[in-house]
Amino acid sequence: MKRYDLIIVGAGPSGLSAAIEAAKRGLEVVVFDENEKPGGQLFKQIHKFFGSKEHRAKTRGFVIGKELLEEADKAGVKVELDAAVIGLYQDKEVVVKIGDGIKHFKGDSIIIATGAAENMVTFPGWTLPGVIGAGAAQTMINLHGVLPGKRVLMLGTGNVGLVVSFQLMQCGCEVAALADAAPRVGGYGVHAAKVARCGVPFYLSHTIVKAEGEDRVTGVTIAEVDKNFKFIPGTEKYFDVDTICLAVGLSPMSQLLKMAGCKMEDNPKRGGQVPLCDKYGRTSLPGVIAAGDVSGIEEASSAMIEGRMAGLIAAEYLGFIEKEELDGELERLEKSLKELRQGMFAPKNRGKAVEKTDEGIDISENLLKKGYVADDEIERYPGVIHKIGVHPVIECTQNIPCNPCQDACPKGCISIGDNITSLPIAVNDSQCINCGMCVASCSGQAIFLVDEDCGGGFASVTLPYEFLPLPKEGTKGKALGRNGKPACDAEVVSVKSMKAFDKTNLLTVKVPKEYAMKARFFKAEP
Amino acid sequence: MAERIKEHPILGVQEKGKPVDFFFDGKKISGYEGEPIAAALKAAGVMIHRYTQKQHKPRGIFCAIGRCTDCVMVVDGVPNVRTCITPLKAGMDVKTQYGASDKPFDEQGV
Repeated sequence: MKRYDLIIVGAGPSGLSAAIEAAKRGLEVVVFDENEKPGGQLFKQIHKFFGSKEHRAKTRGFVIGKELLEEADKAGVKVELDAAVIGLYQDKEVVVKIGDGIKHFKGDSIIIATGAAENMVTFPGWTLPGVIGAGAAQTMINLHGVLPGKRVLMLGTGNVGLVVSFQLMQCGCEVAALADAAPRVGGYGVHAAKVARCGVPFYLSHTIVKAEGEDRVTGVTIAEVDKNFKFIPGTEKYFDVDTICLAVGLSPMSQLLKMAGCKMEDNPKRGGQVPLCDKYGRTSLPGVIAAGDVSGIEEASSAMIEGRMAGLIAAEYLGFIEKEELDGELERLEKSLKELRQGMFAPKNRGKAVEKTDEGIDISENLLKKGYVADDEIERYPGVIHKIGVHPVIECTQNIPCNPCQDACPKGCISIGDNITSLPIAVNDSQCINCGMCVASCSGQAIFLVDEDCGGGFASVTLPYEFLPLPKEGTKGKALGRNGKPACDAEVVSVKSMKAFDKTNLLTVKVPKEYAMKARFFKAEP
Repeated sequence: MAERIKEHPILGVQEKGKPVDFFFDGKKISGYEGEPIAAALKAAGVMIHRYTQKQHKPRGIFCAIGRCTDCVMVVDGVPNVRTCITPLKAGMDVKTQYGASDKPFDEQGV
């Protein structure tokens, strides 16, 4: 039986990160993954990530994936693909299905980084072709270049539901509506806002009554639910769709850990059945470590840090690392992880209704119910100011761990401070040079450059635009409000696409002056 | 009817394998070598991959990552092949699965 210093199960963000750290310390490492390609779900993530510079903020997920693979390659990590681990037994014996054969391996240490699987909900018609997981939609469009359908209803307003809705629109699908049984939008407000401003309606406290169709989805009926999640008669709404996407959460795939005899717990804040483990991922079994979503659902950014920690802990367990180096590295990683775990959406706040920001400002009710901040709510946030000339308007209204805008501005117009979850402040006495770096660097697409009076009774608004076809200078159309409804006539006066913007194009539109603080999206005349 | 994404605002023009022909229930259709069989079928507008054994209900793609087994079909005579993660090859013989067979239920006598 082949013996390794470390066997890692799962070549996603955490597994690869763990492998890199361990291999760098001299451990002989193998990573088994059941898929044909490594990287887990990272290669489907085409949006810019949140966090700070060291978390690779404003870098798109698939780019992070590519870099992680290169780093693993350089560190000499061996990745075995099409290799499904089907058993983890006493004395760390790992049983792997490779091709048609079953092979046994022994690991002196084990890291389980199997990630999570999508949750499902059932309703009449849920097995019809056309009802798919939101992850399935993302896989089809971003990996295989095939549309799941033409018109989609998304169930679930967590970050997955919001991000996938936006990505479906980016490749030409129409999103008919988002529905969620919960009374509030579950994901980041900025993700919701960029979907809402395209004109997609949000139905909170609504869920699916029935998927319509005989042998495939031809429509869907949703209805409002009361506090006990019971349908309220007479509130049914029908949508003519060919696809229903389910984005109703993720569950850790912790079966191997349970099978191995790790002490487990049911913890809703972590997403379900998870191993009991310390802050570095050590489970109740010596030398068996958990990393990433398998020990609690979070983001890929956190999974990568947890992976690095787990790799170091494996090195420590087998005596491959000096205490001083270990302590230093762990301290650095812990600090970085702590940053990501702050704010309204931190794991500790899961399920809580946060009503005020850390700054004491009321959270927008409209954002939580309809997906966008109302015109009369937006002025209360510190990123929204009025001044003469072009200036950034930062519509970031929740405490989320993210700060690239602060570094993006060469003139110091935006300030977040040391706490990366603080709301960005538009600095009043700074001079904006209209470079657009803040607009392109905002992962939430929540920054606009506004000139409230550019002459002749007009204002100009520069907005992020990641759709095709890209409008040209002179294109006429409508400016849409935050609610996605046509607000006024608009004309594109400038289109900027620079390498530094990383595919986020900057569209500047001219609108009547009174719409300077209302126009937030552009739709060309058909 | 589904379609392929020609150009993507972030990913540009996605790279594909070489175009190949394969068979779906005896009918020749085309896809790209190496893409999942399910992707090629989806692009050709195929929604139903199989019918369930007991209630004869249609099933199609559900998870698209090889976990749920809803999309299994009979491929080159082998039943229960997860089409969402099995790469397409030229000349593949892909058939709708009825229960665990490629024969419709009336031919199976059920």
